[in-house]
Amino acid sequence: MILIINICKEKLGYYEFVRPIESILENNKIKFFTKHYNKVNKNDLKKSDKIIICGTSLKDNEFVRDIAKFDWIGNYDKPVLGICGGMQMIGLIFGGRLSKETEIGYYSENFKKEYLGLKGKQEVYHLHNNYVGFGSLEAFEVFSEGKISQAVKHKEKEIYGVLFHPEVRQKDLIVKFCSL
Amino acid sequence: MKVGILFSGGKDSTYSAYLTKKEGYEICCLISIISENPESYMFHTPSIDKVREQAKVMGIPLVIVKTKGEKEKELKDLERAIERAVRDFGIEGIVSGAVESVYQASRIQKICNNLDLECFNPLWQKGQIELLEDLIRERFEIVLSGVFAYPFDERWLGRKIDKRFVKDMKKMQEKFGISPSGEGGEFESLVLYCPLFKKKLKIIERKVIGEKHSWRMEIKLK
Repeated sequence: MILIINICKEKLGYYEFVRPIESILENNKIKFFTKHYNKVNKNDLKKSDKIIICGTSLKDNEFVRDIAKFDWIGNYDKPVLGICGGMQMIGLIFGGRLSKETEIGYYSENFKKEYLGLKGKQEVYHLHNNYVGFGSLEAFEVFSEGKISQAVKHKEKEIYGVLFHPEVRQKDLIVKFCSL
Repeated sequence: MKVGILFSGGKDSTYSAYLTKKEGYEICCLISIISENPESYMFHTPSIDKVREQAKVMGIPLVIVKTKGEKEKELKDLERAIERAVRDFGIEGIVSGAVESVYQASRIQKICNNLDLECFNPLWQKGQIELLEDLIRERFEIVLSGVFAYPFDERWLGRKIDKRFVKDMKKMQEKFGISPSGEGGEFESLVLYCPLFKKKLKIIERKVIGEKHSWRMEIKLK
């Protein structure tokens, strides 16, 4: 059972950032339940096999102020995938700092090693004003080239983070994560 | 939150407006761009002038800006329209009906980001059949106002989006690669009724224009 975590402050954000992930799981007959980060409890973490933390809109950074509500990430021993804002939160929990950089639309990114099925040059969809530089975080390996970390994985844990939105053009990445 | 809807009068922008209202947002205005270019990259053209009638039956003010529809320049016109909506109605966010088009969605996102506005795309990445089924379930009355791909012809104009239409679109997708909700520009739609409308609109006059597999309707509504 996958737990999908909604980090959007705005109700309309659900349709844009959470619903597409739910659809991918539904289309692949993968069981899931969805909760807002404010309502995630110990029982939810216990009954989930994996967790996907979705992204949010460019202006919605409320979740960053609620970092304490994501403390569980540090102790969770099952796979986690953070998308955009979700990845930023993973970085913050492991001691990273938020930096500003706006990227909107398709960008070509190079994945130097295979990452959840992605390798080489890929056109990915970006929608962010901030990022966390994982290059300085010892615990993480960065799989993309360039100044901004696009795809990372914890060296010892199954914690993944992507800054781009795989629900737009790399839907298989999400399915691959669910099958880990 | 006060929002403005980027409104073409077709099924996607109207359904986005419906979801916006359903989630408790205040729709302060509809924003429509009338393009002189039928090949506009951003703005759909058939029946766009019908937004006046639709806005009236919704009781929502309408901001209209005309554009020559030249690539990229039309974005300046869109920005101008949104700025006017901010000034006149104090909107804090924009809602669009973008489903698949990254070209459309990313440009709207950039404009909103520059103007420090929230940007919502509630139909983003939505399955096309799921979208059609949602519209039928929510009692939307929609007709095709233009068709622009093989094997469509003038007989499709005015056709209602109903269960039979969805069935036919599934076949068209299999056989001809048509996007079931017209996402590839294969057809355009016009909403005659939805739960936001105070009354149903009726087509009282129609003139069919086109050739081969590209047809559109010029209509009068009541």
